[in-house]
Amino acid sequence: MPADFLSNLYVFILAGFVGFELIKRVSPLLHTPLMSLTNALDAIVVVAAIIIAGRQETPLATVLGAIAVAASFSNMVGGFVITDRMLRMFKTGKQQKP
Amino acid sequence: MTPEAIQQYLDFAYIAATVLFILAIKWLSSPASARRGVLAGEIAAALAVGATLCNPELVSYKWVIITLIIGAAVGVPLGMVHMTAVPQRTALSHAFGALSAAMIGIAEYYVGVPHVTRFGMGEIGLEVIIGSLTFTGSLIAAGKLQEILPQRPIVYRGQNFVSLSVLSAALLLAIALVVNPANTALFPIMVVVALVFGVLLVTPIGGADMPTVISLLNSYAGFSAALLGFVLNSKVLVVAGALDGSSGFILSVIMCKAMNRSFTNVMFGAFGQVQAGAAAVTEERTVRSASPEEAADILAAASTVVIVPGYGMAVAQAQHKVRELFDVLTKKGIDVKFGIHPVAGRMPGHMNVLLAEADIPYERLVEMDEINSDMPQTDVALIIGANDVTNPAARTDASSPIYGMPILNVDKAHTVMVIKRSMSPGFAGIDNPLYYMDKTLMLFGDAKNFVGSIVRELVGGHS
Repeated sequence: MPADFLSNLYVFILAGFVGFELIKRVSPLLHTPLMSLTNALDAIVVVAAIIIAGRQETPLATVLGAIAVAASFSNMVGGFVITDRMLRMFKTGKQQKP
Repeated sequence: MTPEAIQQYLDFAYIAATVLFILAIKWLSSPASARRGVLAGEIAAALAVGATLCNPELVSYKWVIITLIIGAAVGVPLGMVHMTAVPQRTALSHAFGALSAAMIGIAEYYVGVPHVTRFGMGEIGLEVIIGSLTFTGSLIAAGKLQEILPQRPIVYRGQNFVSLSVLSAALLLAIALVVNPANTALFPIMVVVALVFGVLLVTPIGGADMPTVISLLNSYAGFSAALLGFVLNSKVLVVAGALDGSSGFILSVIMCKAMNRSFTNVMFGAFGQVQAGAAAVTEERTVRSASPEEAADILAAASTVVIVPGYGMAVAQAQHKVRELFDVLTKKGIDVKFGIHPVAGRMPGHMNVLLAEADIPYERLVEMDEINSDMPQTDVALIIGANDVTNPAARTDASSPIYGMPILNVDKAHTVMVIKRSMSPGFAGIDNPLYYMDKTLMLFGDAKNFVGSIVRELVGGHS
């Protein structure tokens, strides 16, 4: 078993616990923005896609990497845009009546 | 600077991004700090992408730049969709995320072969299977939500057997590849079989179960990214994937609890079939209906009103008319709250977003448990386009398919008014005894028009 695997497993388990504790506290009011924000964060796979597309090892890998860059970057951009749009709509009564 | 030294600096950027990811979700916990969370996420993403573009391994920027531009050009319009289209947009973004994870896994395999280790093959195999099935599954879910595909469950005899056989075939192919990673012929077959399984997995699931399915697909998309982190030995992917995966997982658990069902029941239960039998035994019972004038009079005489929105409100796009009703009633000094069931609508939190879009203050949007304790002191419960989540049979009738599901106890309010197109049961096909109660008035019509008429009556008659 590679040493990398074990260190990644540590990180995965700890991050899973952190995620569990944090997400439990998110108000059900914000469950839709939660899903779109975690989606945008998950689009961080774009960094791996950029390396595959930019390393140009084989034509196939470059094409696959390029598709992955477009797909994940659109998630990243779109996810942040829509999350912010949604959150801007959540106002208290006081904020609405200046 | 040597390439190794540059890599180390880049790692610091990834660590900073990881910390910001965690802060982003922490700040999302309440509406007051939530936008700061988005900003943290944006900075993290910019840091990580910027650092990656400085990576000395990149030999050509041509395709990277072109595809980043394409991604932004697709992403911005997808971020600007109308709020009623958010569920299908979310499903589509799960599909994109999973597609991207699967593509990278496939590229890693073909770049690495024949030097892929057995252990590495196991990681890649699992990652590509989950990514592929999430891709097609999410596309089907998006199609159903966009109503390109029928929303009803599509079921046939022996379905679970077929689906599980296809999944087993994908896993067996992965095992065969672990035994011999250099067997390149098997790899594309495994991908195709996993893609087919995704289609089979989501096709039988009906529209009303979408909140659970969309959360589960979210979880799969996250875990496929985390697995990709294992494949590429990238901690930032492991963390982001674990956060997204656990988020989706927690939401699916909440959705399942809110429907009193198990994962297996949602995924393999074929909800629609059970109810066909239950709906058959409907006897002639009388309902009382009322006009907008009568409804307006009853509302005007109330001192507390609870509005219960459901998917029907979203379909009729009635949220802005509901806001007008909220305004008129509030001006009259009536206390108006909204009772939100966790599975109302097509995704977690769907109703909250629609009502926030219509400028309803969020402190008026109340969760199920809290609003249920207010119900006995509520003068009028007004139900707009919700059905199963208000069905008292869930509490009282052990033979009902939804027995045990937590519901909004609208039947405890003094008067109940239900805006509904007709008496036909929803596509779930479960009869709702609420409609036959003496205190219930049925308001037949389109939700948007009916609420509009009530508002006109209230404004015209009493101001």
